[in-house]
Amino acid sequence: MTIGLGHYLTVAAVLFTMGILGIFLNRKNVIVILMCVELMLLAVNINLVAFSVFQGNVVGQVFAMLVLTVAAAEAAIGLAILVVYFRNRGTIAVEDINAMKG
Amino acid sequence: MILQALAFYVFAAITVASAAMVVTSRNPVYSVLFLILAFFNAAALFLLIGAEFIAMILVIVYVGAVAVLFLFVVMMLDINLTELREGFLEYFPVGALIGAVLFAELLLGVGIIGSGSTTVAALNAHGPHVAAIDNTRAIGRVLYTQYFYLFQVAGLVLLVAMIGAIVLTLRSRPGVRRQRAGEQINRTKEQAISVVKVPTRGGV
Repeated sequence: MTIGLGHYLTVAAVLFTMGILGIFLNRKNVIVILMCVELMLLAVNINLVAFSVFQGNVVGQVFAMLVLTVAAAEAAIGLAILVVYFRNRGTIAVEDINAMKG
Repeated sequence: MILQALAFYVFAAITVASAAMVVTSRNPVYSVLFLILAFFNAAALFLLIGAEFIAMILVIVYVGAVAVLFLFVVMMLDINLTELREGFLEYFPVGALIGAVLFAELLLGVGIIGSGSTTVAALNAHGPHVAAIDNTRAIGRVLYTQYFYLFQVAGLVLLVAMIGAIVLTLRSRPGVRRQRAGEQINRTKEQAISVVKVPTRGGV
């Protein structure tokens, strides 16, 4: 009944899959897509920390902190872009974001 | 030991269930609240495995900053919910298919099903390492010495993100009167006063 590395990796895999599925399901809602990206980063962090503890090497936790930093920056910039977009267009539907025809 | 296993299963189940609610919830506000629940339970998982510092950072950064930012934006924007929900079930089959394939690949890759990798099995047999010093001290010892430049770059990333967010959302609205201290201070007597020669009995 001991909890091994595999248990943590399974939870992380389930969370990551949830994030992917969420991006597919909420194709029109950018806010939920951003939340799903956060979920996926959380899954990656669980993997990093689990491997770090089971290897007895603290570097994985340092890397998890850096991932956390990048996730916070990404959320801030993404939501700022979203606010500006909403101010200009009055909607946040993803399909309308094609003004630059890239 | 049995209590620890029980705690793990409870926290893991709540994390996964709230992640599912984030994905399927109708109202984005509920999605954010379930996201907060998922982060709290992931922090509890980190505590169980013995990474206290990351757990606390997760609560502070994710719940305290990121999730509240999400909540703020969701509540500030006036979103048409029914329009955004269109095509929810339309995309479900392809999403579920890709998700299932990815999940199977992940499990195969880490060796939970199938023969799998020997690394995970070896690490698993060894069990979690019991640290000689506490977690925060161990992280501090490498973070401020070996990975000091990485730490500084992380700070720089946050600074750039902060400046970027401010620059993006700052707007100068026309027609708003605001104080310009420089102009006030630089005003001279010649600009402010005009001496008019008034003729006698003529008025101004």
